[in-house]
Amino acid sequence: MSSANPETPRPPAGRAGMKKELPERFRDYRHVWVFIELERGQVHPVSFELLGEGRKLADKLGVQLAGAVLGPPGEATQNAVAEAFAYGADLVYLVEAPLLADYRNEPFAKAMTDLVDTYKPEILLLGATTLGRDLAGSVATTLLTGLTADCTELDVDADGSLAATRPTFGGSLLCTIYTLNYRPQMATVRPRVMPMPQRADRAIGRVIAHKLSLAEDEIVTKVLGFLPDSQSGTANLAYADVVVAGGLGLGGAENLQLVKSLARAIGAEFGCSRPLVQKGWMPADRQIGQTGKTIRPKLYIAAGISGAIQHRVGVEGADLIVAINTDPNAPIFDFAHLGIVTDAVRFLPALIEAFTRRLSPHSRDKLAS
Amino acid sequence: MHIVVSIKQVPDSAQIRVHPVTNTIMRQGVPTIINPYDLFALEEALRLRDAYGGEVTVLTMGPPMAEDCLRKALGYGADRAVLLTDRYFAGSDTLATSFALSQAIAKIGEMFGPPDVVFTGKQTIDGDTAQVGPGIAKRLDLFQLTYVAKIASIDLAAREITVERRCEGGTQKLKSRLPCLITMLEGTNEMRRGSIEDALCAARSRIVKWSAAEAGIEDLTKCGLRGSPTVVKRVFAPTPRSQKAVQIDTAEKTLRDLADELIGAIFTRQPALEPELAFEAA
Ligand SMILES: Cc1cc2nc3c(=O)[nH]c(=O)nc-3n(C[C@H](O)[C@H](O)[C@H](O)COP(=O)(O)OP(=O)(O)OC[C@H]3O[C@@H](n4cnc5c(N)ncnc54)[C@H](O)[C@@H]3O)c2cc1C
Repeated sequence: MSSANPETPRPPAGRAGMKKELPERFRDYRHVWVFIELERGQVHPVSFELLGEGRKLADKLGVQLAGAVLGPPGEATQNAVAEAFAYGADLVYLVEAPLLADYRNEPFAKAMTDLVDTYKPEILLLGATTLGRDLAGSVATTLLTGLTADCTELDVDADGSLAATRPTFGGSLLCTIYTLNYRPQMATVRPRVMPMPQRADRAIGRVIAHKLSLAEDEIVTKVLGFLPDSQSGTANLAYADVVVAGGLGLGGAENLQLVKSLARAIGAEFGCSRPLVQKGWMPADRQIGQTGKTIRPKLYIAAGISGAIQHRVGVEGADLIVAINTDPNAPIFDFAHLGIVTDAVRFLPALIEAFTRRLSPHSRDKLAS
Repeated sequence: MHIVVSIKQVPDSAQIRVHPVTNTIMRQGVPTIINPYDLFALEEALRLRDAYGGEVTVLTMGPPMAEDCLRKALGYGADRAVLLTDRYFAGSDTLATSFALSQAIAKIGEMFGPPDVVFTGKQTIDGDTAQVGPGIAKRLDLFQLTYVAKIASIDLAAREITVERRCEGGTQKLKSRLPCLITMLEGTNEMRRGSIEDALCAARSRIVKWSAAEAGIEDLTKCGLRGSPTVVKRVFAPTPRSQKAVQIDTAEKTLRDLADELIGAIFTRQPALEPELAFEAA
């Protein structure tokens, strides 16, 4: 176990540190792939975030970036192909089949492993969503290759190995993991961990269509129905531009109303630290952090949250972090941009009132003039 | 019905501390627990057994002391416990782990009857990968049902199962077939209190202990470090941010002034935000 202490020389990473050659059968595995997650007609934004990361890896390696699109024949799938190019793919591998309409493990795992076996990518990235994790685990097992979950950083070494960094030991440490002697090197990344790359309208490039050798009657699992989540808000938390969250410092469930009111006043989503979920004060899908949602808002306001490492990793991507905490030594002040040492329960009503005043149409006119 | 539940003993990570100077994990004295996500799997398995009859076998792979978590599981009412323990398993990544566990489940099947359902938790709290469940399913050719929130029905005669599973943005209702592998979502049930009889039974029960060879594993190159395609090369502490938060001075100010000052500071740093917020708030 090495330490991050800059004075201690790091052992050579990647293959160089192993003195091993990549087995012959994997030598022709090339290019970086991103699985484009298409469900109910929509591409999950994590796929675009991964295309952004994949672009960097492909450029470093001097190889191509491909999107792997699996879906039913039709407009949504064609649109996913176009979007893959718009977010930077050089080419797209496409499996179109009616039985890929709803996600099921059997046909998706089959289609994905077929694609990999046929076209041999060196790196395959998937979103760490429920779908991506369900799929990645069975694809990696079928291919007998390495899979690193929930990476927070991806890079390639001088020798071309994928260096996949992820939190370990409950988030208190990070570790860098390699898949040295197997291909593809697989990794999943949670939504919002990587920045959203710029989209640019581009012509549809090379599309390589692949046939799925599977018929509906060979698939045992059937989808009987789908029930969308009722609260639409929770789905938006990860992608909200402004997020307000409360922690144990608020003292009681009744004070969470303050967080919700502030959120309403400024058009934000609201969230919380983990203990609030454990106490049943907030639903699980409002939890922010390593075992909850990762957010990347333009503004994040944390009230009564200490800033434990597991919370920090979920919010560090925010452009501006504002912390309200009674303890001047709270760890959250180590990574927040703006801090205010005060009692959040007393301060939040004043903040709500001040925001409302400032954002009211009257003061907006002043702003415009 | 025969149900196998694969569980893991994990350090109670809420109590793990990292040494501030050496950046190493201080494991001494950290209590171990059954991976909390596995309790939902175990409880669901016990409920199925209570409803349909049969037996629940709990399985874990780990060091000899992992026996503790099996005893706890027996205390909750599991019927049989198998500990897979061998130094050949040390350093297993998820691929090697799913190999060893699937071999042991196959052996359990031979000895105590083939399982109808294999359960795992959604993920562990120390690895957090959610990969071992799908790995076992693939290796044993079981139908894979992850993130299951509810088992709606089981038809043992027709070998059919209907479940509700959590997916992005909603719940999927799926019909599949036995034998299947289910990873159970958290918060879907509540672990029972074990009965006195179960507690007594747990204390008295003999836990089946298998080495790799006893579990029928012939190919040791698929186990432990050797069988793991991933290699951990570096463990390090996150780099602290060099700049601390700019503090709004609170001395002798009214809350109203403080709030105005904070908002001013926010919009000075993010000028584009003000019109956006005004629009959102309108
Ligand atoms: C494996 C693992 C995964 C985890 N995952 C997550 C995760 O995803 N997300 C997460 O958030 N946590 C997670 N945690 C928990 C995490 O370690 C912390 O325990 C948790 O974030 C603390 O929550 P908190 O800041 O609300 O509470 P506390 O740490 O208790 O902090 C409360 C803070 O409020 C301040 N305070 C008190 N009164 C007031 C007041 N009146 N006004 C203003 N401030 C006040 C205190 O000074 C203190 O800083 C995880 C832990 C583990 C072990």
